[in-house]
Amino acid sequence: MFDLTPQDWTAIALSLRIALVATALALPFGIAIALLLARKDFWGKPLVDAIIYLPLVLPPVVTGYLLLITFGRRAPVGEFLADHFGIVLAFRWTGAVLSCGVMSFPLMVRAIRLSIEAIDRRLEDAAATLGANRFWGFVTITLPLALPGIIAGAMLAFARALGEFGATITFVSNIPGETQTISAAIYTLTQIPDGDAAALKLVIVAIAISVAALVASEYLARRATARLHGV
Amino acid sequence: MLSVAVEKSLGEFTLDIAFDAGHGVTALFGPSGSGKTSTINMIAGLMRPDRGQIALAGETLFDATARIDEPAWRRRVGIVFQEGRLFPHLSVRHNLDYGRWMSRQAFDQSEWDHAIALLDIGHLLDRRPGKLSGGERQRVAVGRALLMRPRLLALDEPLASLDAARKADILPYLERLRDDARVPIIYVSHDASEVRRLATRVVMVEAGRVVATGGVALLDARPTAVHA
Repeated sequence: MFDLTPQDWTAIALSLRIALVATALALPFGIAIALLLARKDFWGKPLVDAIIYLPLVLPPVVTGYLLLITFGRRAPVGEFLADHFGIVLAFRWTGAVLSCGVMSFPLMVRAIRLSIEAIDRRLEDAAATLGANRFWGFVTITLPLALPGIIAGAMLAFARALGEFGATITFVSNIPGETQTISAAIYTLTQIPDGDAAALKLVIVAIAISVAALVASEYLARRATARLHGV
Repeated sequence: MLSVAVEKSLGEFTLDIAFDAGHGVTALFGPSGSGKTSTINMIAGLMRPDRGQIALAGETLFDATARIDEPAWRRRVGIVFQEGRLFPHLSVRHNLDYGRWMSRQAFDQSEWDHAIALLDIGHLLDRRPGKLSGGERQRVAVGRALLMRPRLLALDEPLASLDAARKADILPYLERLRDDARVPIIYVSHDASEVRRLATRVVMVEAGRVVATGGVALLDARPTAVHA
């Protein structure tokens, strides 16, 4: 009874690809921004803070619309990217990567920032007296000590990206095989008569993937913590 | 040879410290909160003085007027911190080797063996700092500072977090270190008995100022500073 159609598989594969790429691309920026917010005081920091957390509180459709009027084919940034780099985001899966990345970014930054703030900075001072410049101190001390938070942040962002719907459908629409993720496919099925059974199958898939991501995140974060403390 | 003359506003008071330290152990002795740790941090480059100069082994590490301020990682001042500050995610072996690794120097087996024997930490190498006792932790911290090949060793209240029995266990190691080390050692403490046992010279500090400098006999002449 649990047979998925080729369209279902396409939507699942697309969702996983979009979420993975979005998380992987966002991670270096997430770590950098988290480090900046955790460690530096600068003019305009509350504003930067607010902008990063905005997608968490804005209606997703607003975020999606803002992306559309910024990165659309005829929008200023979108046109520039298309003309100079050949990168088109609107109505493409790459655009879904952007919207999913933006929507999950606050969760990622928050988890990483908390883990960086929890690190005893005096350990970095100790590393400096032992000859580690800032870069090496970061790589050998800060980064490994923040690893549980980085894993948790990445997994949270991945799960969030997987479930992203509002901003994505607004920005890149709902095109089967290009931008139709699991969420969008479920939405489509709920709009047609007798789509309930098919929708339910995708619902179960969505639940399974989300739970698996959470369990994996918990397991990896625990392992990283245990490794850090040599248990 | 270390020479320090620095000023720094620290909120409650202004630190104004000047002293020299040559071979042997120079104790920075005074009550808690008198500015001893701040002085060490300025020598190591972890805190920036408002005014003054710091020179070590013929090199100027800091000079406010000449705008010289060597970063901590280039100063090669080995510190043993009160709380050890071992890296929790690295084994004892990697903690000990960290300084050599960061300064990209060649590994020297005889130096390594010598330090490990001196501090009797060979059986701890594969453990994580979390699995060490307070005394073991401090011995490893001494080893880590020693193996970075410092030009100056600064021990900042290395025994303050230990109970009396542990202190008694570690003091012999510190005496061996003193007799063995070829670089100047600064020993920060508020404990007169430790200073008497280890130091060759005493710089007495109170409320951010050097109030007396001399031999260990100073401790008997000015008992007032022992109250902490």
